Amino acid sequence: MSTESTTKQSGGEMPRQRKAPAGERVADWADGRLGIYSLAKANMRKIFPDHWSFMLGEVALYSFIIVILTGVYLTLFFTPSMAEIEYHGSYVPMHGITMSEAYASTLEISFDVRGGLLMRQIHHWGALIFVAAMFVHMMRVFFTGAFRKPREVNWLFGFLLLVLGMFTGLTGYSLPDDLLSGTGIRFMEGAILSVPVVGTYISMFLFGGEFPGHDIISRFFSIHVLLLPGIMLGLLVAHLILVFYHKHTQFAGAGKTNRNVVGMPLLPVYMAKAGGFFFLVFGVISMLAATFSINPVWVVGPYRSDQVSTNAQPDWYMGFSEGLVRIMPGWEINIWDHTLVLGVFIPLMVLPLVLGAIAVYPFIESWVTGDKREHHILDRPRNAPTRTAFGAAWIAWYFVMLIGGGNDLWATHFHLSINAITWFVRIGFFVVPVITFVITKRICMGLQRHDKEKVLHGRESGIIKRLPHGEFVEVHERLSQEDLHTLTAHEQYSPEEIGPETDEQGVRRKVGRSEKLRAKLSKGFYGENSQVAKPTVEEYEEITSGHGHH
Amino acid sequence: MKKLSARRRHPLAALVVLIFALAATGGLYTALAPADEAKAAKGSGSSLAIKEGKKLYAVGCASCHGTGGQGSSDGPSLVGVGAAAVDFQVGTGRMPAQKPEAQAPKKPVKYDQAEIDQLAAYVASLGPGPNVPNKSQYDPNESDAAAGGELFRTNCAQCHNFTGEGGALSKGKFAPDLGDVSKKHIYEAMQTGPQSMPSYPDSVITEKGKGDIIAYLETVNSEESDSPGGYGLGGFGPVSEGLFAWVFGLGVMVAVAVWVAARTAKAKKS
Repeated sequence: MSTESTTKQSGGEMPRQRKAPAGERVADWADGRLGIYSLAKANMRKIFPDHWSFMLGEVALYSFIIVILTGVYLTLFFTPSMAEIEYHGSYVPMHGITMSEAYASTLEISFDVRGGLLMRQIHHWGALIFVAAMFVHMMRVFFTGAFRKPREVNWLFGFLLLVLGMFTGLTGYSLPDDLLSGTGIRFMEGAILSVPVVGTYISMFLFGGEFPGHDIISRFFSIHVLLLPGIMLGLLVAHLILVFYHKHTQFAGAGKTNRNVVGMPLLPVYMAKAGGFFFLVFGVISMLAATFSINPVWVVGPYRSDQVSTNAQPDWYMGFSEGLVRIMPGWEINIWDHTLVLGVFIPLMVLPLVLGAIAVYPFIESWVTGDKREHHILDRPRNAPTRTAFGAAWIAWYFVMLIGGGNDLWATHFHLSINAITWFVRIGFFVVPVITFVITKRICMGLQRHDKEKVLHGRESGIIKRLPHGEFVEVHERLSQEDLHTLTAHEQYSPEEIGPETDEQGVRRKVGRSEKLRAKLSKGFYGENSQVAKPTVEEYEEITSGHGHH
Repeated sequence: MKKLSARRRHPLAALVVLIFALAATGGLYTALAPADEAKAAKGSGSSLAIKEGKKLYAVGCASCHGTGGQGSSDGPSLVGVGAAAVDFQVGTGRMPAQKPEAQAPKKPVKYDQAEIDQLAAYVASLGPGPNVPNKSQYDPNESDAAAGGELFRTNCAQCHNFTGEGGALSKGKFAPDLGDVSKKHIYEAMQTGPQSMPSYPDSVITEKGKGDIIAYLETVNSEESDSPGGYGLGGFGPVSEGLFAWVFGLGVMVAVAVWVAARTAKAKKS
């Protein structure tokens, strides 16, 4: 059809030769119906800057795709049912054991479905790497200040993806109905029951009666394969659209400004790179899955509420919640025959705080610093010491909780007393973030001073020169213009001041408490203890003006 | 003599002297040190065994467990623990204990089997207790690993983990890994409940049940057990898996990202 029209239009003497190539004809056909030409024109030359840390988000994206693909395969064989059967499949050491159909079908996937075990392991390893990749991607965005205006909303989208990813992982981990994951659901039930007044109702509602009931697996199945991934897919698309809309951030450098993006176009360079990178990520996860066992449910056994094993831990992304509960003293209050289990309820309340701190940080920082401008040039972490220190403190805090979650393995592998570890984590929960904050900030300041030194005096070349009068000096090499630019491109802010307390008529203005707090915090961010004044042009010229002194 | 004094400043002279000195000391020690406790004659008579066992007991055990096995502030009474307990504790090197600590760990065995049998005979003579099991008990011809798994998960996994990899207990105590424990010793441990472990007499777990548990452990945690999913990462569950995903998985991802980013299209003149 379109072939004819092309030939007719060309109408030349040699219609056969004038026939457009097949690819063009297909593109033409599609453009006539979908309008892809203008879309492609606008986006195919989209520029992306080059830096390895900008590809961490891609690891998350690709592992998400891999997890979805393998997950679809698994749904073809999985039976989300808690009906009990006696096992007589091909795994002999489970013969004659009563188990749920969910567990039996997981065994079947592992031993009887062609490629089933590999798919299960790709799915599980992929999920662990997916959440870990989201974490490091967020760390990159955080430490470089890429969450600042205009990207706060996208930061929130990313945060929601992380939280939903964690809960999708939790529900998926529970599906095989094995002894390990069943203990995890029991743990969750305990947390729900600790909520005053409504806890018992929520638990009865969720499990369709007393734990474990007959509904939880099929409910988690719908949530795991439909609800949460659906929301995540939507959020992911929104996340990527915003990346396109905002354009990518870049590190400071010659020719790179807040108004441009320097890099390579999406087509053909990034299409090839990203495509290749996808297969590399797929390859690494598959290799991992083909070599290393993960969650061998066949030795774990089916869930029975009267059984439990040591080493019953959640996957790593839920480890911090496990840690919170493990280190919390078993406090409880009895009021009028009702028990308030603080030992579980307090950790349950701390959990949203740990995660919420990530979500609110961009808004706190922009309020404290009063910075409402757009930022497309990234900070080097050392040039924002307070933020970097906050980030490092959070990570240290999180790590302390993870230690708490794995306290039994720390005890057995390092021959320590588990009680000592618990006390270390209890104290470390409060102390370690503070210490990390102080140390990180000092390191950043040191690095800033080092940068200043390098700009003014050059790089240490390692060449020792002996002067005529016998003195030894090290020859310093001047930095290139490009390096000088990189080291001095960052802006330095002065702290927000409390405005004049009296107006021109001398009338006292009321200074609110929040305004005072803000001025104080702002001083913490940008005061003289938080940044080293970067070298000025005058300083540079004075030192480098000829006489070559050192 | 002249030759010797000429070489006395040779760089290796000190070394030679040292070797001679060590050889002399060692030789003197072997010659003069009190001989090891006389190897007990492998007497079949039980009274002889008890007699020999008592001698061994007086040397190696009495300082903590008391001269008559009545116990002291440093060690529990051994009256009624039975031969199985001795065979386990001494046969795995846990006893004699090296130092007071949270729990006596497994060590190289200090006695040979004949001596252990004599010690066991002596301790068994102090009061009735479980006997050392025979092969048909701990390694029966017919066993049901699946049933054993069920028993294991109900009774043992709380401390020893799903497949007997071991786990932590309070204040530095621990449930050991069962992977390299002999079948006889597993049986004896269940019978006698060493250290922090509860005991499971035949009235709690039958003789057949114990055999099934041993068969289960043989299936999932021994050199013969296979791991269909690949390397098992210790069998500790999600903690080791998560650590591995971070260190190896993410590590490789970052390395790959750095590699891809470093290979960029360059403008014609670079």
